Amino acid sequence: MRTGDLSVLQRPNDRLRRRRVANRGMELLAWLAAAVAVFFLGVVVWSVAQRGASQLSFDFLTKPQQASGGFGPLNVKQGLANAFAGSFVIVGLATAMALPFGILIAIYVNEFASRLVRSAVGLTLDVLNGVPAIVIGFFVFGLIVVAHGQSAYAGAFALAVIMLPLVARSTIEVLALVPDSLREAALAVGAPRWRTTLGIVLPQTIGGVLTGATLAVARVAGETAPLLFTSSLVATGTHWNPSQALQTVPVAIFELSDSADPADHARAWAAALVLILFILFASLGARWLATRSRRKIARAAG
Amino acid sequence: MSSLDVTTDAARRPFPGRRARLGDLVLQGSAGIAALGALVLVGLIAWKVVQGARLSISTFGLGFVTHVGWDPVHLKFGAGSFLFGTAVTSIAALILATPIALGIALFLSELAPRGLRGPITALVETLAAIPSVVIGLWGLIVLAPILRDHVDPALHSALGFIPLFGPPGSYGSNVFTAIVVLTIMILPIIASISRELFLSVPSELKEGALGLGTTRWEMVRGVAFPYARGGVAAAMILGFGRAIGEAIAVGLTIGSATAINANLFKPGSTLAAMIANNYQGASSGLELSSLIYLALILLVFSILVNLLAQWIVRRAARRQGLMAR
Repeated sequence: MRTGDLSVLQRPNDRLRRRRVANRGMELLAWLAAAVAVFFLGVVVWSVAQRGASQLSFDFLTKPQQASGGFGPLNVKQGLANAFAGSFVIVGLATAMALPFGILIAIYVNEFASRLVRSAVGLTLDVLNGVPAIVIGFFVFGLIVVAHGQSAYAGAFALAVIMLPLVARSTIEVLALVPDSLREAALAVGAPRWRTTLGIVLPQTIGGVLTGATLAVARVAGETAPLLFTSSLVATGTHWNPSQALQTVPVAIFELSDSADPADHARAWAAALVLILFILFASLGARWLATRSRRKIARAAG
Repeated sequence: MSSLDVTTDAARRPFPGRRARLGDLVLQGSAGIAALGALVLVGLIAWKVVQGARLSISTFGLGFVTHVGWDPVHLKFGAGSFLFGTAVTSIAALILATPIALGIALFLSELAPRGLRGPITALVETLAAIPSVVIGLWGLIVLAPILRDHVDPALHSALGFIPLFGPPGSYGSNVFTAIVVLTIMILPIIASISRELFLSVPSELKEGALGLGTTRWEMVRGVAFPYARGGVAAAMILGFGRAIGEAIAVGLTIGSATAINANLFKPGSTLAAMIANNYQGASSGLELSSLIYLALILLVFSILVNLLAQWIVRRAARRQGLMAR
């Protein structure tokens, strides 16, 4: 292009220059936009790490909170062990409720349902996914708390409602990836449908299901709103019994950040650091599971 | 549609004439019940929220929706100021977040060097995974003082002729802070959906445009944007839905005032934030019921917003199907 008559096409004129400038400008703006996102992420994570790291200690992880409002003796070492224990119990229970329910929904949608039912259930899951977390908190408040009082069970149910569409969606997606040849092969050798589904198809998707479940756990571990009305009026001390309201990490951060005491803010930052680290590791684990399972399904298909 | 689909459906349908086995019935039955359960769950949510709000509905009627004021002493409650706050914060966050999110999506799908693409995509997803309570804590303690001392006065002196940018108050917790926090929260949602949309633009269309001599920006404006338009609109609506429902981060940063104020640098409140900030302190049955009435309004809006997004996605998918054919 550099030689010959074609060079006349390359000769810059005003119009071409303007188009090139517009192009450069827009490319620059896109770079800038990406920089803005990375900047905000960096600033948030850095603030949390810097303020939280100095507070992290063995006591912070193993000692419970003292009663607020000056009831506890001063200068007593205190941590958030009660919140860690409560989050563990509530998120664990929520996973136990949402996982089987979500997988069954996905099996129905993918293996049994007609096209119409499939899209109806899909729409329902999307609507459920769009219900604000705070509304789900009020739903469980009306369903359970009004009659039976706050409990970790109620909190776990609220979180399970949030997890359900996430787990079901991701399971539907991986079930759809399993090649039909596998189903046909199993049916052809005389396996009943239930054994085909549970024994042949589902095991192929374990990695994908676990990925979805891990991401859902990472998401609800940081949910505050549904727990405010279901598991926030807590007794002091570390408890594990799910029939009483248990403190959780996000609710603790929410309460501590509203306090006027700088020491409470410091604890809130440390709790935020633990929460973010947990979520980061969970997401990384989910990524790893996802690539592993995709390879496995590809091998089964190929 | 194609012959492939026919074999797919045939493989999944029970064989006609074969006796149903007990195991099949149990699995299909329990899976069907689970799927029905999801439908029932949505209905149950709506019913329980309406039931909780009934006292307030029968006391105030539909006037509650527009009544401005929240007076626990005289038992006069209304959603007007919170609806206003929700609308202002969500729309402003959407206006701020959309261009940045589209920029990120374009960067990740068209511009980024191969080595940066993966890491920055992962970083954007990480930003989406940060819990709202952590963003709220950061917004309250780190962001709010910076905005109050530097950004609010600067905006006021530059744009003070618009009533929205009135004289800055002494509080860092105000509507503007909440808007910035919401922007950060919905940015990754819109960006990651848009990125996938731009990646799904057929490369022969893009190459065709570039081959005709367009610059990269002209290709994006003329080919990629029109192709992804429906999806981007749906992504914006989903981000908007997230913004109107966000309770915790907004509740921590908006300052909780129950009056309507045109000035963004004054405290305000939203439907969701009002509920979150009063979780311990409903002083009467009527106030609690009114809070649930707020939740009901929120529920109605979020369902409408979601259905609208679904409708747009389906319409766009149908149109793209026609285009491909």
